[in-house]
Amino acid sequence: MTPELMEEGALRLERLRVEQSSGKTESGGRQAGFSRIATPGEVDLTHGRILYLEDVSVSFDGFKAINKLSLDIAPGELRCIIGPNGAGKTTMMDIITGKTRPDEGTVFFGSTIDLLRYNEPQIAQMGIGRKFQKPTVFEHLTVFENLELALKTDKRVVPSMVFRLDSAQGDQVADLLHTIHLAEDVNRLAGNLSHGQKQWLEIGMLLVQDPKLLLLDEPVAGMTDEETARTAELFLTLKGKHSLMVVEHDMSFIRTISEIVTVLCDGSVLAQGTLDQVQADERVIEVYLGR
Amino acid sequence: MKTDDGIRAPAPAVPRPPISLPQRSALLTRAGWSAFVIAALLVGVLAPLLNLVVPQDSALHLSDYAVALLGKIMCYAILALAMDLIWGYTGILSLGHGLFFALGGYVMGMYLMRQIGREGNYKSELPDFMVFLDWKELPWHWALSDSFVATLLLVVLVPGLVAFVFGYFAFRSRIKGVYFSIITQAMTFAAMLLFFRNETGFGGNNGFTDFKRIVGIAIATPMMRMFLFVLTGGCLLGFFLLARALVRAKFGRVLQAIRDGESRIMFCGYSPVGYKLAIWTISAMMCGVAGALYVPQVGIINPSEMSPANSIEIAIWAAVGGRASLVGPIVGAFVVNGAKSWLTVAYPEFWLYFLGALFIAVTLFLPNGIVGLARGWKRGGK
Repeated sequence: MTPELMEEGALRLERLRVEQSSGKTESGGRQAGFSRIATPGEVDLTHGRILYLEDVSVSFDGFKAINKLSLDIAPGELRCIIGPNGAGKTTMMDIITGKTRPDEGTVFFGSTIDLLRYNEPQIAQMGIGRKFQKPTVFEHLTVFENLELALKTDKRVVPSMVFRLDSAQGDQVADLLHTIHLAEDVNRLAGNLSHGQKQWLEIGMLLVQDPKLLLLDEPVAGMTDEETARTAELFLTLKGKHSLMVVEHDMSFIRTISEIVTVLCDGSVLAQGTLDQVQADERVIEVYLGR
Repeated sequence: MKTDDGIRAPAPAVPRPPISLPQRSALLTRAGWSAFVIAALLVGVLAPLLNLVVPQDSALHLSDYAVALLGKIMCYAILALAMDLIWGYTGILSLGHGLFFALGGYVMGMYLMRQIGREGNYKSELPDFMVFLDWKELPWHWALSDSFVATLLLVVLVPGLVAFVFGYFAFRSRIKGVYFSIITQAMTFAAMLLFFRNETGFGGNNGFTDFKRIVGIAIATPMMRMFLFVLTGGCLLGFFLLARALVRAKFGRVLQAIRDGESRIMFCGYSPVGYKLAIWTISAMMCGVAGALYVPQVGIINPSEMSPANSIEIAIWAAVGGRASLVGPIVGAFVVNGAKSWLTVAYPEFWLYFLGALFIAVTLFLPNGIVGLARGWKRGGK
């Protein structure tokens, strides 16, 4: 073996290590195998899926809101969900976040965490953040207090009694206030913000929780065009670091941010692909235009 | 459906103006501390001077009647403060706080009954009502009633434990709003019926009275009455600071978040059950202390303290004064009870109409109570 060959081999190995540690590979560079240890509370991304729904069904008083829904999302992906009213978009988010129990099916966060065994606060602490359709911020608290509440800390009773913001957390909140363009409104009551600002604040409350997966239900509803454009920018910067699932009706917004679009209809996936692909799909045109 | 404008590239990092994050607010403002010290001086120095030192025929003399009345109202103010924590801040309307008050009162009453010793009508070691019922020995639940230290602990622990067990099941089952209020109402009513029975061993409908001594000292002397008055004032001020510390901490903001959006706070990772249970139990313990201070000053405790109407009145004091302000309910307790003691003498038949009208008026015109009105004036004046 010549020294050149050895050198080249070492270089190649080094490159591989860098690639793996940077998490560029879909699985974060980890190998699947029998000897893997599932760490409690840690999301296992070995199989390249952060969220995995299979054959989920739920019905309310005989009405099938979700019908054999199967869907999965990769780490770092930004997935848009569209669909007509009553397609089950919000119900799907209710199931993922523990608010609604499905009648059947499996919902996994990573490869190891069965979400159906946890309640809402536990799921939120694992790293699934949710923004509601209607902006829900705490109107009697200031912008700062809203963010402080959402901050990733020990959320049990006694720690909350003695909680003090440390400087790292203060910096984190300050950074975020710039990101969501509310730096000047830090001491205003959240109830006095404009509709678009409330949406931003709620997105900010998600981000300080440092979630791995964000579920966003109509995040740009009621925003001005400029606010919508800024939101699109923000989501694109989040992509890669976080996984996002965005439910929206605003097609131009979806066009700006989307890679893959999933069309839901009557509680199951109707079509999936790029926006152009799904817009050209006969069945999609049918459910949207009623032909 | 098409758009041509792509998104702009992320702007290059420009130096940002630093944000001054709000500092932790002080326990009380300067003005707040001044008012606090003045209140402490009024209760701890001025009232004893005017009552005990100033001669009775002087215009400045504070009558024994006034001391008794103010002492009683300060107990009520503690109740209103406890109600504010659970209703004003957490949004849980309890219509059963009279029970916790009465439980604290009964624990103290049992001790005071034992302090009578052999000086009762029947000259027996046992309290009179037990002799009357032909009981030969103390029932098991009177075992600790002889010890003053145990009594002080039980005054807090009994209401606390009852509240904890009740709250655990109610909050875990996610019972909310008007359903919770009705259940608390039923709870205090059931307890009242239980305490009315002679077999329960709490003196039946007569309750406990004819107290003679507390820790061996005669209870009806001016000095003892004044001591209890000052102690009550001290407890009220202390509880006020405690409540202020609780609502100022992040804990208090979580409570308000539960009030304003319980499902949202769950998706922030908080489990509301623990928070509700904590404030519910703290609130009940405060009521127990108020009851224990009330009984030696008023000289009687009977099951009517648990009647549903009493618990509803506590909510009215808090609403009249102004919810979620801590000072408001204390003001409300003084205003409503002051009006009550005057009206029930001057126009006894109109008191209940007045109370009802007051509650309606406050609900319609003063959603933030007297304190809200005062704050509005202050802001308008600026």
